[in-house]
Amino acid sequence: MFQTLLFYVFGAVLIGAALGVIFSRNPVYSVMFLVLAFFNSAVLWLLAQAEFLAIVLVLVYVGAVMVLFLFVVMMLDVNVEEIREGLTRYAPIGLLVAVIMVVELVQVIWAKSNGLIMMGDAPPLPEGYSNTKALGSVLYTEHVYAFELAAVLLLLAIVAAITLTMRRRPGLKVQNITRQVSVRREDRVRIVKMDAEERE
Amino acid sequence: MSEIGLQHYLTLSAILFSLSVAGMFINRKNVILLLMCIELMLLAVNFNFVAFSRYVGNELGQVFVFFILTVAAAEAAIGLAILVVLFRSRRSIDVESMDTMKG
Repeated sequence: MFQTLLFYVFGAVLIGAALGVIFSRNPVYSVMFLVLAFFNSAVLWLLAQAEFLAIVLVLVYVGAVMVLFLFVVMMLDVNVEEIREGLTRYAPIGLLVAVIMVVELVQVIWAKSNGLIMMGDAPPLPEGYSNTKALGSVLYTEHVYAFELAAVLLLLAIVAAITLTMRRRPGLKVQNITRQVSVRREDRVRIVKMDAEERE
Repeated sequence: MSEIGLQHYLTLSAILFSLSVAGMFINRKNVILLLMCIELMLLAVNFNFVAFSRYVGNELGQVFVFFILTVAAAEAAIGLAILVVLFRSRRSIDVESMDTMKG
């Protein structure tokens, strides 16, 4: 009963945050509403007994991806008014499409014939069940190949992001490492032999 | 109020997905907001996976969500890098100004 109440409260806040993302005037507010949406989803995933993914959602999404979004939004000085001018023109058709999609999907989900309603309550979890342990025990055995591929994918993302955004400024003073290392004593030091001067 | 079932989770994720589609229509000039709507869509999809994983009683759905999160993080990083490069060369992030290829 209490869980039902929690589901409805956090679901309502989640939908409100999603509305905030798409309707707020300032992109910074959009990012903040998206953070709120991710937090609420994390709580809802906790209600669905997916603790590990809920924590990963907060750590990875809120902690890394949304901070990256915030950096980019604040770094680019975008003219907000110019960007917003198409809002009123396309809002009705966008909302119409959204309403049609919701009606269709709800009809499919709540249809009597497809067996989703017959599934009933979630199966009870065994005694001493640990979501993280269960996830790890399949992730590192059955899906270890996909796991390694995901690691390579992240490396690829690092390399791609750095090579895309790195630029060489002209006129920058840099060291030439090759010349520095390959220098010899003769290039730098010149020994001059000369007679000592006489005292006057 | 009855017990929360699979349908409730699926309905919530359907609403979330449709809202992000509406966001794509509404914010069609701002690339940053388009990327944010894509993140919201992926969240809705992940909701379906988590709910099914719980109600079917199989962890495979959560493993799938794990990989979707990885790919989404990589996609966000590269997308924002492309956005920064684009802004440097054009001083604008308007989608309609990206018509060099006459597509």
